[in-house]
Amino acid sequence: MASDMREFVLDDAARLGRAVPDALAGSAAWANGGPVRVRRRIWLDTFDWRLYWAGLTLEQAGSRDRTELVLTGRDGGILATELLAAGRAPRWPSLVSQLPAGPVRELVEPVAGVRALCPVVRATSQVTELRALNADAKTVARLAVDRMSVTFPARALLPARLTLIPVRGYSASTDRIGAAMTSASGITTAPGTALEAALAASGLRAGQPPGKGTSVQLSPSMPAATGLRAVLTALLDELEANVPGTIADIDTEFLHDLRVAVRRTRSVVKQCGRALPSGLATEFRPEFRWLGDLTTPTRDLDVYLLAYGRMTAGLVAASPADLSPFRDYLAHSRTLQYRRLAAGLRSARFARLIAGWRAALEGVRPPGKHPTVAQLAAARIGAANRRVLRAGQQISAASPPESLHQLRKGCKELRYLVEMFGSIYDAAERWQAVRELKALQDCLGAFQDAEVQGSEIRGFASQLFATRAVPAETLLAMGEIAAGLAIAQRDARREFDGRFADFASPASQARLAGLALSAAA
Amino acid sequence: MKVFATYNIKGGVGKTATAVNLGYLAARDGYRVLLWDLDPQGAASYLFRIKPRVKGGGRALIHGTKPIDAAIKGTDFDGLDLLPADFTYRNLDLLLDSAKQPARRLAALLAPLARDYDVVFLDCPPSISLLSESVLHAAALLLVPLIPTTLSVRTLEQLTEFVGTFNGHRPDVLAFFSMIDRRKRLHTQIAAELPGQRPEFAATVIPALSVIEQMSVQRAPVGAFAPRSLAARQYDQLWREARERAGLTG
Repeated sequence: MASDMREFVLDDAARLGRAVPDALAGSAAWANGGPVRVRRRIWLDTFDWRLYWAGLTLEQAGSRDRTELVLTGRDGGILATELLAAGRAPRWPSLVSQLPAGPVRELVEPVAGVRALCPVVRATSQVTELRALNADAKTVARLAVDRMSVTFPARALLPARLTLIPVRGYSASTDRIGAAMTSASGITTAPGTALEAALAASGLRAGQPPGKGTSVQLSPSMPAATGLRAVLTALLDELEANVPGTIADIDTEFLHDLRVAVRRTRSVVKQCGRALPSGLATEFRPEFRWLGDLTTPTRDLDVYLLAYGRMTAGLVAASPADLSPFRDYLAHSRTLQYRRLAAGLRSARFARLIAGWRAALEGVRPPGKHPTVAQLAAARIGAANRRVLRAGQQISAASPPESLHQLRKGCKELRYLVEMFGSIYDAAERWQAVRELKALQDCLGAFQDAEVQGSEIRGFASQLFATRAVPAETLLAMGEIAAGLAIAQRDARREFDGRFADFASPASQARLAGLALSAAA
Repeated sequence: MKVFATYNIKGGVGKTATAVNLGYLAARDGYRVLLWDLDPQGAASYLFRIKPRVKGGGRALIHGTKPIDAAIKGTDFDGLDLLPADFTYRNLDLLLDSAKQPARRLAALLAPLARDYDVVFLDCPPSISLLSESVLHAAALLLVPLIPTTLSVRTLEQLTEFVGTFNGHRPDVLAFFSMIDRRKRLHTQIAAELPGQRPEFAATVIPALSVIEQMSVQRAPVGAFAPRSLAARQYDQLWREARERAGLTG
């Protein structure tokens, strides 16, 4: 249902109450619409604003007698509502799967995916309503006057917001009042939604993602050290932004994004460390390696648990129930590993690493104008590409899985370089280069994931067998999953030759070479 | 979408008061409610302060030349809309007669509204006619107010027999005593005895109360201007019974 509501802002809150009807007195007769209603409001979105970017706004609105979730679309029209039983409102943050089954969950779940819904704004609204009446004293439009005070993410009092709500069948009256409001002094059309206004009052913007190293704007002629400092600082921001969510275990993506920031940092330091002040890369590389290793066990178990539904759905001989002990084992192991991870992220060693790294980055000064970002990009991308080509050409049917894994790491490093220096290239050419690289990387990823998971499931089976009395059905079902992984690995290996040939083709190689040249020019 | 119809062959038995009050209570429960004032006298429209006029009249609605939702007006109450009366509704029988499948025409007209409404109340004029037949085919539950007299009870028997002749869809019937004058011994006697004897009777009765007559002065449902009155409580109880009989949840 599209919204015909119009929103305005009253410039001077002090004039509220008397000023509104005065300014609009000529447009209709006005009556008080009832007592002041207090609404406790929580706007919800994922940490990376998936609802916002999908054009959705989700609000939990609570009054004395009811609490409901209201999902609105881009035009402000209500898409779905869900009445929450007394005392049954989720404790935020919460996964979408914790919402009551209904239209709100149905619409939000595919957008939010594995991400939890977190409060982005908390506020209290005091709403008074005025009714515009016709000659029969019939309500022909409503005017809600909302005085909202924001309590999170910062405390702020917003200018009164006026919402002109049409009554069905009386659009002419709404139009007349709307026109009067538009021309009334002291009343302006609201520049954005109530959520946007609340965020702005807190100094934030809807959809503002946490710092991303790949979105840093570089210029080709910038000294390389300056560019690297900007990229690494943005990656550090991203890493730090994901620490609280990882420690609180809000959803699995916090840890995933934290790991990506760590991996990219390690890759940049490894590939471009020589352009940084001497000793800096050597000093921090072991610590970032420690951090990466700290996060791996929990993430591996997250991947297993996230794929659990798909794994059980793929069973042919065994029944999903046979795997329940395996799932319990994974969940238990994950709890133990997560405790270790959280302790690590709360440790003095981690705090020292973050503080030391930030201080070191702040101290980075370019030794001169050269090398420039373009020169560094051309050199590093060229070298990384040559390494991938060489490693790929050496792979034969007899090559061990480890050599494909090394190639995958090389591809990842090449892609990170292309993405990191992306802002100095032609966007379409960069996109195409990343796409081709990603196709090869995905194939290698499928091969390696199957290799690791196959090996892990054999290890899990041994541990389960040794430490617990598990039914034979569970071990048989795990065997079926191991067989499925072996098939997936074989398929990925078969696909590899074609993917690598595409990557090594003259067209793809020319594109990568062109990227380097276009930036250097 | 559940369709309720307030129906009786006789006039002045409380059909409109029932439709208006129960429509109000359904909306208060959170349902999206439409009340169609089918009576050319337009009493329900008057009570909601809405002009009894539809562009193109009953002809445009019945023949489908004007979409039904374009004629709908919002009342002063959240979630409660009204399709107003029109004086041309006095010819609805003739208009229906010229339509295809006249007995099922109202049901067909209402079907597209299921997206926007959970509950529809049809406030019918007093008659037994083609319009009544079309209403009976569209409704899931007939709310039949009766004045407690022997003749009224005969009317109910005739109605249930008539509904029993339908092929396919047959509306459920919920009769209740209305306008009970407690000073009249016959009223209290019939109202006390009959509901226990016949399954279509509601346990709730609506007494004759001045606050119900006040609706035409206040131009609002009883619940809106006298929410703690006996009348408001009785209508609330009747709505609960009707809701349960119709299988509405919550």
